[in-house]
Amino acid sequence: MSILGTRVVRTEDPLFLTRGATYTDDLVDERLRGAAYVTFVRSPIAHGRITSIDTSAAAGAPGVVAVFTAADTEGDGGLSPLPPPLPMFTKGMDRPPFAKDTVRFVGDIIAAIVTEDRYQGEDAAELVDVDIDPLPAVVDPRKALDDEVLLFPEAGTNTIFTIPGEFDDSVFDDCDVVVTREIVNQRLAAAPMEVRASAAVWGEDGRLTTWISNQAAQMAKAALVAALAVDADKVRVITPDTGGGFGAKIGADLEVCLVAWIAGKIGRPLRWVETRSENLVGMTHGRDQVQTIKIGGNRDGKVLAYRLDVIQDSGAYPLFGALLPALTFSMATGVYAIDRLQFRSRSVATNKTSVAAYRGAGRPEAAAAIERAMDLFAAEIGMDPVEVRHRNLLPPEVFPYKTKGGSLYDSGDYAAALKMVTDEVDYPKLRQEQAERRARGDVVQLGIGVSVYVEVTGGGDESGAPKENATVEVHPDGTVTVLTGTSPHGQGHQTAWSMLVSDQLGIPLDRITVKYGDTDLIPEGGGTMGSRSLQQGGVAVHEATTELVQIAKARAAELLEANVDDLVVDTDRAAITVAGVPTTAITFAQLAEKEKLSVRKVFTAPGATFPFGAHIAIVEVDTESGKAELRRIVTVDDAGTILNPLLFDGQRHGGIAQGVAQALYEEVLYDDDGNPLTSTFAAYPFLSATEVPSFDLLRMQTPTPYNPLGAKGIGEAGTIGATPAVQNAVVDAVSHLGVRHIEMPTTPERVWTAIQDATGGQA
Amino acid sequence: MKVEIAVNGEKTTDDVEPRLLLAHYLREVRGLKATNIGCDTSSCGACTVLVDGESVKSCTVLAVQADGRQVSTVEGLAGDDGLHPVQRAFQQEHALQCGFCTPGMVMASVGLLSENPHPTEQEIREGLEGNFCRCTGYHNIVRAVRRAAEGADA
Repeated sequence: MSILGTRVVRTEDPLFLTRGATYTDDLVDERLRGAAYVTFVRSPIAHGRITSIDTSAAAGAPGVVAVFTAADTEGDGGLSPLPPPLPMFTKGMDRPPFAKDTVRFVGDIIAAIVTEDRYQGEDAAELVDVDIDPLPAVVDPRKALDDEVLLFPEAGTNTIFTIPGEFDDSVFDDCDVVVTREIVNQRLAAAPMEVRASAAVWGEDGRLTTWISNQAAQMAKAALVAALAVDADKVRVITPDTGGGFGAKIGADLEVCLVAWIAGKIGRPLRWVETRSENLVGMTHGRDQVQTIKIGGNRDGKVLAYRLDVIQDSGAYPLFGALLPALTFSMATGVYAIDRLQFRSRSVATNKTSVAAYRGAGRPEAAAAIERAMDLFAAEIGMDPVEVRHRNLLPPEVFPYKTKGGSLYDSGDYAAALKMVTDEVDYPKLRQEQAERRARGDVVQLGIGVSVYVEVTGGGDESGAPKENATVEVHPDGTVTVLTGTSPHGQGHQTAWSMLVSDQLGIPLDRITVKYGDTDLIPEGGGTMGSRSLQQGGVAVHEATTELVQIAKARAAELLEANVDDLVVDTDRAAITVAGVPTTAITFAQLAEKEKLSVRKVFTAPGATFPFGAHIAIVEVDTESGKAELRRIVTVDDAGTILNPLLFDGQRHGGIAQGVAQALYEEVLYDDDGNPLTSTFAAYPFLSATEVPSFDLLRMQTPTPYNPLGAKGIGEAGTIGATPAVQNAVVDAVSHLGVRHIEMPTTPERVWTAIQDATGGQA
Repeated sequence: MKVEIAVNGEKTTDDVEPRLLLAHYLREVRGLKATNIGCDTSSCGACTVLVDGESVKSCTVLAVQADGRQVSTVEGLAGDDGLHPVQRAFQQEHALQCGFCTPGMVMASVGLLSENPHPTEQEIREGLEGNFCRCTGYHNIVRAVRRAAEGADA
């Protein structure tokens, strides 16, 4: 029986549980002997002119090795400003390596201090004297559009990137009902448990070796090569164990580039690990869209037209966040057959932390908008939200299906997913209980929220179709090494990739080693993001193993003097045998002893895949306090063929929790002057174990035709499906009082206020 | 200042700065890197260890305050016969992904079960409220603690 599809516990766990993983700050490495520590001095002001920087007191403090500011980056051996990552962005918005004349957000880097030990760095940082004349800050992205306060005067605008859209109102002319509303998809912190960290050393050969907590070593290397303006062969990136990323550890952040550059300047190995308070202002944030939706249709429940107008807050320096609306556009119509789509987006700079990817990256924003819109439409025509969805879902026979947002959906059965979750919860009975509570006027009301979603995973390579590489080598001692261009930060690649190899070779999991994240060893690779790993990296491992078996059979045919067509793999013995003659056999190890047995394979996917699912959330809302509590969440998440249900469900759990957290609790807040209000774990409402129930997971598998495993991506499903289901449930709980919408997070204050506004204080 | 701390049953004597946190003492002085530091406000629990058998966030304690006490970290948990029941349950139930919260979460769970060997799901959730995990949604952590508790009965 194949090991694929079975529940296999992780082989990486015993080490993680006994000695702990080796994160960047845990590294004990000869090359880092005598390393000094870097501490960054950051702006406490959101927007202002730097009038003076005095580092003399800091330079003389105990243990200080060196202090760097903008002045040190000029001239020979300097460091150039970092241009925005995409060429289509507005010019003139480069980020200087250190803030020179202007600070643009609280957390902007002003100086770096190198000390013998870490505590000395914190002491010395307080001695750097920076005078800043505050400028007006622009915090609300709607106001940033006015260009009254410019972050980059030389650019002449705050707008970074637009997707222009023609808003022709005539598409709504034949609609019985049209609903328009502004919805805020709030700013979130990725908040991986391991903060950012790096270590760097330049060897005598003039090469940089840098260890970075990251999701994609090869992308990090490319960013470093560009920032340091060195030849690609001068940089080696190594990825230690990485304690979560959630999209915010893609590439090499400015801090990592500075650590590498300073290590070169002072000729000494360096270490850097940020504090959590630093992380919450320094690491990129996610989401942060202001969406205006307009949805129109008929009273029979058919939606005819949908408009989505997005303002994307991109923060102070343009990063991937400015491009998130492109993903939102591609998924705008979700699971529905809506032929008339109008979309526009404007990405703007504000005096806040930059925005980049966060679990889902642009697609949760699309799902939240359309799923909220469907409920608003359902409420307006007085129809059950499940029924409205069934009347608009794309039917299973339409695939492959090209949406008006430009996506090509590969496969799906949305109605089956929705039916599965509604059957599981006994939806009519829930509605009955809700009606009874309403009739009784209970203080605690029941809310039932639904979402049906489709998302895009394993998205495109800019240079063409998405691809990923793997090398599988069997050694003479019977062990296997797998090199993969993807990179774990919690997903369980060691176990999953070993299963793919073991399935075909019969070599046990504990004899297979998966290596990743070392650019000398694996120069190419796309890393782990966009739920791409299994469907591209895993498929490459699978195909490399398949080819390795073919090569092994060809060699075995000669050695065993047999016809290659008569040979089979005996997985019990990890050997090639002649069918029906088990005594004639040669093991993979023996073959490797005679000649190197190694295959490198590049898998090119025909395109992105489109996992889908349906979530139902059941909440109770105390109408007197406004407190909403999630009682149950039932989900079906179909990401094609499942390799390991243990890992599959683990990805769902984490995503659902983060989705629930967005709906109910989490939000990065700033005051009107751009001061962060949630820059510690004491202030940021990070989800705890008491705020979620256990989850009910149902299973559906609709394989993709795009790869031989039939696998789509599962990493981001939870944040895409759960958020609108929970938000819809909270609104549903109080909809009988006239409430139509409550912004996320649906805090007690917001829920209470919505009830008061809807009832005129009579509830 | 001189401190005598028994770390995982082994008596040690070290000269430390008075302001050195126990978390940094374990990591930097004793080289026990499994105990992680995830925040600076004593909110996340990644650094949880046992001091005289009680779970403590080691970032809230100075090394000098642990003078004369027994400190247990995840490195000292497994016996000669293999993984501790809580460690085994964490693997069996897939209660860890990136692994960063794990040493603290395991030690908090050990502390919880020593105080309450038969916790309900709600008691587990409340008992681990001070330990953050970003990967698992807590679902499998709760299951693992239940499994470890049930295993203790067998």
